[in-house]
Amino acid sequence: MAWQFDPDRPIYKQLKERILLRIVSGTYAAGAQLPTVRDLAEEAAVNPNTLQKALQELERDGLVHAQRTSGRFVTEDKTLIKQAKNDLAKEQIDLFLKKMAAIGYDRQDAVVLIQTTKEVKPK
Amino acid sequence: MTILNSAGLTKAFGQTIALNKVDLNIEAGRVIGLLGPNGSGKTTFLKLCNGLLTPTSGSVKIADKAPGVRTKAIVSFLPEDNYFSDWMKVKDMVSFFADFYKDFDAAKAEDMLITLEIDPAAQIKSLSKGAKEKVQLILVMARKARLYLLDEPIGGVDPATRDYILRTIITNYNPEASVIISTHLIADVEQVLDEVIFLKEGEIVMHEDVDTIREEKGVSVDQLFREVFKC
Repeated sequence: MAWQFDPDRPIYKQLKERILLRIVSGTYAAGAQLPTVRDLAEEAAVNPNTLQKALQELERDGLVHAQRTSGRFVTEDKTLIKQAKNDLAKEQIDLFLKKMAAIGYDRQDAVVLIQTTKEVKPK
Repeated sequence: MTILNSAGLTKAFGQTIALNKVDLNIEAGRVIGLLGPNGSGKTTFLKLCNGLLTPTSGSVKIADKAPGVRTKAIVSFLPEDNYFSDWMKVKDMVSFFADFYKDFDAAKAEDMLITLEIDPAAQIKSLSKGAKEKVQLILVMARKARLYLLDEPIGGVDPATRDYILRTIITNYNPEASVIISTHLIADVEQVLDEVIFLKEGEIVMHEDVDTIREEKGVSVDQLFREVFKC
């Protein structure tokens, strides 16, 4: 199944986010080899140049590194991955708090609501 | 490396100017969408690149050569209409292409026929319209060309086949080859493209990278097209 993309943002940025999510969630473990550009491009059904650009961005952030002949690898640096994970989580919290504010809940109200909301087990 | 270059390329049919002073440079390793409403000159442009039409003025060159026998050896063209002879079988077409084009990979064509469930022994006449289009596309994509010119490759086929075709373009990707796809179905091809060319009344009104459009305008190519060509 091809990946779905938002129409209003660059595709390479969305690819970067998807791959990053796989890294922080451990689908691609620290130090592990990444699939080839060709394989990932086929899975996502995107242009290989665009995917290449997404990987280069991850390289620039230090989360991925290329080895001359053997392909690309996830960084061994677990602190860096943890940091990226935190950043992602914070982004989601900011987004959530903004939406709560629009409904009329301040930060404190939102926290109370979270604590009193029954957990729904994922199916 | 430039694979296609046109300078002042113009084609008139009598009083009608189908293509007007088109300057274009296409690098190798790119997938390009040639987009425009009906009658904007897309097919005329592709035919000029193939030497099926001759320019009224200006020029077009493929790998530095004017269209001719030499460029046909490196250009794989999918025309909009089908040119099969009804008496032929699918496998006859495969050997026909194998005879004609040095870069044709018959094994690859046979694999693709199996995937798309087309019987090589079937007579062309007996195939549905969609199946004929599939055969034509298979023959074109089974060549290892430097430039693929695809005129509406996904218009006549079902969505599942459409996905297969786009996947074929992705897996065929070669940094030395470029693909030009003319189509109306922009949303379907958008994520496969590097860059897009908008043609309007025979002139290029935009030539830009897909992600640059999304970055700078905050809209998809499909949305931008609808704005630019609003009726």
